Amino acid sequence: MNRIDQRFADLKEQKRTALIPFITAGDPAPEHTVGFMHALVEAGADVIELGMPFSDPMADGPVIQKACERALKHNVRLSHILAMVEEFRRQDNETPVVLMGYLNPLERMGLQAFAEQASASGVDGVLVVDMPPEEADEIAPLFKEYHLQSIFLVAPTTSKERAAIICDHGEGYLYYVSLKGVTGAATLDVTSIDQQLESLRQMTSIPLCVGFGIRDGETAAAVGKVADGVVVGSALVSRIADNCERPERAREELKRILSDMRQALDACPGRCFRQDDL
Amino acid sequence: MTTFSDLTRLPDARGHFGPYGGRFVSETLSFALEDLEKTYMSLRDDPDFQAEFDHDLAHYVGRPSPLYHAERWSRQLGGAQIWLKREDLNHTGAHKVNNTIGQALLAKKGGKPRVIAETGAGQHGVATATVAARLGLKCDIYMGAEDVQRQKLNVYRMHLLGANVIPVESGSRTLKDAMNEALRDWVTNVDDTFYIIGTVAGPHPYPMLVRDFNAVVGREARKQSLEQIGRLPDTLIACVGGGSNALGLFYPFVEDEGVHMIGVEAGGDGIETGRHAAPLSANAPRGVLHGNRTYLMSDEGGQVLETHSISAGLDYPGVGPEHALWKDVGRVEYVAANDEAVLEAFRELTHVEGIMPALESAHALAHAKVLAPTMRTDQHIVVNLSGRGDKDILTVAKIDGVEF
Repeated sequence: MNRIDQRFADLKEQKRTALIPFITAGDPAPEHTVGFMHALVEAGADVIELGMPFSDPMADGPVIQKACERALKHNVRLSHILAMVEEFRRQDNETPVVLMGYLNPLERMGLQAFAEQASASGVDGVLVVDMPPEEADEIAPLFKEYHLQSIFLVAPTTSKERAAIICDHGEGYLYYVSLKGVTGAATLDVTSIDQQLESLRQMTSIPLCVGFGIRDGETAAAVGKVADGVVVGSALVSRIADNCERPERAREELKRILSDMRQALDACPGRCFRQDDL
Repeated sequence: MTTFSDLTRLPDARGHFGPYGGRFVSETLSFALEDLEKTYMSLRDDPDFQAEFDHDLAHYVGRPSPLYHAERWSRQLGGAQIWLKREDLNHTGAHKVNNTIGQALLAKKGGKPRVIAETGAGQHGVATATVAARLGLKCDIYMGAEDVQRQKLNVYRMHLLGANVIPVESGSRTLKDAMNEALRDWVTNVDDTFYIIGTVAGPHPYPMLVRDFNAVVGREARKQSLEQIGRLPDTLIACVGGGSNALGLFYPFVEDEGVHMIGVEAGGDGIETGRHAAPLSANAPRGVLHGNRTYLMSDEGGQVLETHSISAGLDYPGVGPEHALWKDVGRVEYVAANDEAVLEAFRELTHVEGIMPALESAHALAHAKVLAPTMRTDQHIVVNLSGRGDKDILTVAKIDGVEF
């Protein structure tokens, strides 16, 4: 079984909500990324989303944009990122790793080469932000061939018709974008998220994870009540930004924030629990 | 094998021009684009909508724009007759207003109280601020901080028109970064905001609708050629950044196989230096940026490269997807003109014909200057004079060492 499916099956059994941290590969410098990944796992990460920096991250707010700029100053490329995952896998063969980024670097490397090498490095899933399922004709079969799961986004504005298409193509988990806007934006409306997730559950049985707007234990727990997992990105990346010159400190901060979220999630019976009651 | 008449039937239902185009956007934008596509498809063949568009073009923009025979310049070059399609005479001074009039009508139909736009040289920003003022819409314009410096006059013009100009400090601080920021704004404010994209790039349906709104240029030029020359021209020349003025001129001639078309990109310091903005002429690899697949200047890691051009309006690493296909099928020839040649053409037209072209349009003139002497005097070239040069006076003065 793919690591992502295995992890969600385990979580369901343990009645726990998935905690999915996002960091940008190579931020603030390439040599810190693998250490950060291990720290995140120690603090309770269930899946790691690793951002592939891009010069033009159109769907990201200023926090992730700056992380991309910091990483790209070191000329971080896909080949480096795959080497990081490979290094991570030497110590951790359990935690799923999902690469998240934009299509152009993948196309430039060659989709076949990317799929082959990502799979060999121990990557489990890929989320290409600017590639909706309608444009995935070429990439989807390659990902299948190399056992990479295609993770897709669903937005509050996604129509029923489109949601059906996305559910059809999505593997691993669906990433529900909880707000309109870019990453790192404002406030959450849990009731409306709950309604939207319920309607998605009519169409798919894969886990539904929620991201955008989760910044601390409280917001994580609130969303954890209605989702199978929570994704936290900008809240972590901004700690890295504040501690660029002190990577050890950044690492401790990542652990601290994520541990808080882990505790808050575990203290609050999540949706997996509720579902079994039904 | 694609025939030229097939080309006029593109894009396909999913917005593809052969392998190019498409809708490569985050899911957060899909709804807005589907909505826009639906609105536009329901209106494009609606006679009332067309009549309103045509009325605005005639009475607000001042169309049709003349096709002017540059006799003195032609004589001086000693070859083909050069005709200038005078888009510089439009209200606001460039072809850009054709598109903003059209998209503003769409915004109005969609009931959106706010419009946003990206701008490079500021011409599209001015054209957007203009239609926003006329319709009473709130207007925010994103402009690379570098371009805000280069184009101070247009920035102040937008202020006077009531628009808010937001300098973009991210990335290379030019047109592409302004477009990123406008897309981010749109994702956040999609309920009340219409994004008026200024060129034939971006996600489907933008390349199609911007082309359609600008095609009035080519329709007029075709008719005027038949009336004034007595036949179709031998060659069309237009500058290409994103490529909206070129598509506008070329599109109605696509099936006229005898008409040779040339798109002139920004050669900057020269293609061989790498400091340019000419993805087609430099055979840049295929890539995806701003929602469409096209020829895209990116490094080996797939990071988008910074571009260089004397003209802010052409300073863009990609190009409209329809141009990418036209290059591949050989319908249009793409070349580049370097900054130096562009300045020379700018000065020459100003001196010889009393017409000061925009530096963007001077790229097309620079190639006409090379091409005309190789042709016979009974042959005809139509050059799209896509904008006027008032906005560039400070840039040229600076090169001349003059400060105000």
